Amino acid sequence: MYSSLVLAIRDAESQKKSLSQLALETESIDQGRPIQEIRDALRRALVVMRGAVEQGMVGDMISASGLVGGDAAKLRAAKNGPLANTVFRDVLARALAVQEVNAAMGVIVAAPTAGGAGILPAVLTGIAAARGLSDEKIVDALATAGLIGAVVADRASLSGAEGGCQAETGAAAGMAAGAATEMLGGSPTAVGHAVALAQQATLGLICDPLGGLVELPCVFRNATGSAIAMAAIEMALAGITFAIPVDEVIDVMGEIGREMDVRYRETAGGGLAATPTGRRLARERLVQIKRGS
Amino acid sequence: MVSLLDIIGPVMVGPSSSHTAGACRIGLLARGLVGGTAERAHVELHGSFARTGEGHGTDKAIAGGLLGFRPDDERIRTALDIAEKEGLAYVFEKTTIAEDAHPNTVRITLERGHRKHSLIGESLGAGRIRIVNIDGYPVEVNGNHHTIVLVAEDVKGSIARIAGLLADADINIATLRLTRKARGGDAFMVIEVDEAPGESVRDSIRALTWVRWTHRLDKVGV
Repeated sequence: MYSSLVLAIRDAESQKKSLSQLALETESIDQGRPIQEIRDALRRALVVMRGAVEQGMVGDMISASGLVGGDAAKLRAAKNGPLANTVFRDVLARALAVQEVNAAMGVIVAAPTAGGAGILPAVLTGIAAARGLSDEKIVDALATAGLIGAVVADRASLSGAEGGCQAETGAAAGMAAGAATEMLGGSPTAVGHAVALAQQATLGLICDPLGGLVELPCVFRNATGSAIAMAAIEMALAGITFAIPVDEVIDVMGEIGREMDVRYRETAGGGLAATPTGRRLARERLVQIKRGS
Repeated sequence: MVSLLDIIGPVMVGPSSSHTAGACRIGLLARGLVGGTAERAHVELHGSFARTGEGHGTDKAIAGGLLGFRPDDERIRTALDIAEKEGLAYVFEKTTIAEDAHPNTVRITLERGHRKHSLIGESLGAGRIRIVNIDGYPVEVNGNHHTIVLVAEDVKGSIARIAGLLADADINIATLRLTRKARGGDAFMVIEVDEAPGESVRDSIRALTWVRWTHRLDKVGV
């Protein structure tokens, strides 16, 4: 797979291809598998993603610690917010839904990781539902998301333990922004700007889950990460460009991750996890898990 | 090389690819050592597995793997109850395996009938794993291939003989690693193969008089 989005975008533009087509062709050569087989695997991933959205929307999934759960249903039913009855609000609820399912040991697609698994399905299925886009369009978008994620994995990191939350929900926001921009007709160049616009907004974001569990703030970071992706898509499709090339934005994310103190990399040693309340909740809830309640 | 499907995947039971999906895969591989569901399992959790394992369902995921559940099987959620029903007695313990061991390491010791085997596995993130030790022998198994493990007396030509058996069965060897604790002592062979070896291959390897025991560890792809 490509290790530079700038290069992939150049190739796609010069060959008059979409990034998804380029991604599928490259994967097919890399892995010696027919494109149809790769699309089939992505289609299966889409089925699981949709299942997680639906399961989480019901609101009866409660996590091991009891710290998260039921908020997707709450958001979906709310009436007085400024985003009521919009695609934007639906996307936020879908992100909470998938991440609540994840925290409750339901089945999800780690895309790119379990901790950031809500963003891509929320943005892609939410927009596709609102616009009546076909599943094949979403499958294409997933291929583009995979290409973006592969570049981030290669140049920076996709692991909270290595690079903080910017490498998990941040990378997921970049993947979702680029993928949806293509799905809505944006050019490969516009996709690049969408990724840069999303990723710049999460630079420096630490990974600070209470008790080290993929629950709090992870569930909410998936909703806010989706909001960042939606803002990036809106800007990129309007023709707004970001002056720093996307590869450089990704590189600086990797650099910040490497410099980040270990307390802020999934160890529960800093950030929200280390606040007085964060520590108390983690202590109480871990006791609860041990009791098996 | 990063694959697109590594990024959009794996499909798994949450909440953590390393603490849940990877843990389950280690359990699945361990199951192969005793050829089915064990009667007794002693599971020693190290590092982050010990510290945050309970909240991540690491115990359930390992038990699920030992029962033959794959990482995307929702029965993992209730695997500890199912284990009790299926006669798998388990003990989970927190320990320090080694000061320099990977943060997510587990040692699993299984008993089934007269058999008793153990392995040490590491969960590397994104569901990827590495088995680093089987029954005291250093190994490197990632579960992405079908793997044959065997202990044999240190006889000359043993590798050629086994390679011949596999070739006859039209099975391609991906990697082969041989280790032994001492010259003339038992040799431990780890053979990763592209095609799933059938019962007949196993039987013909077992029929070799110098093979003490052999097992097939099924591919546990993510």
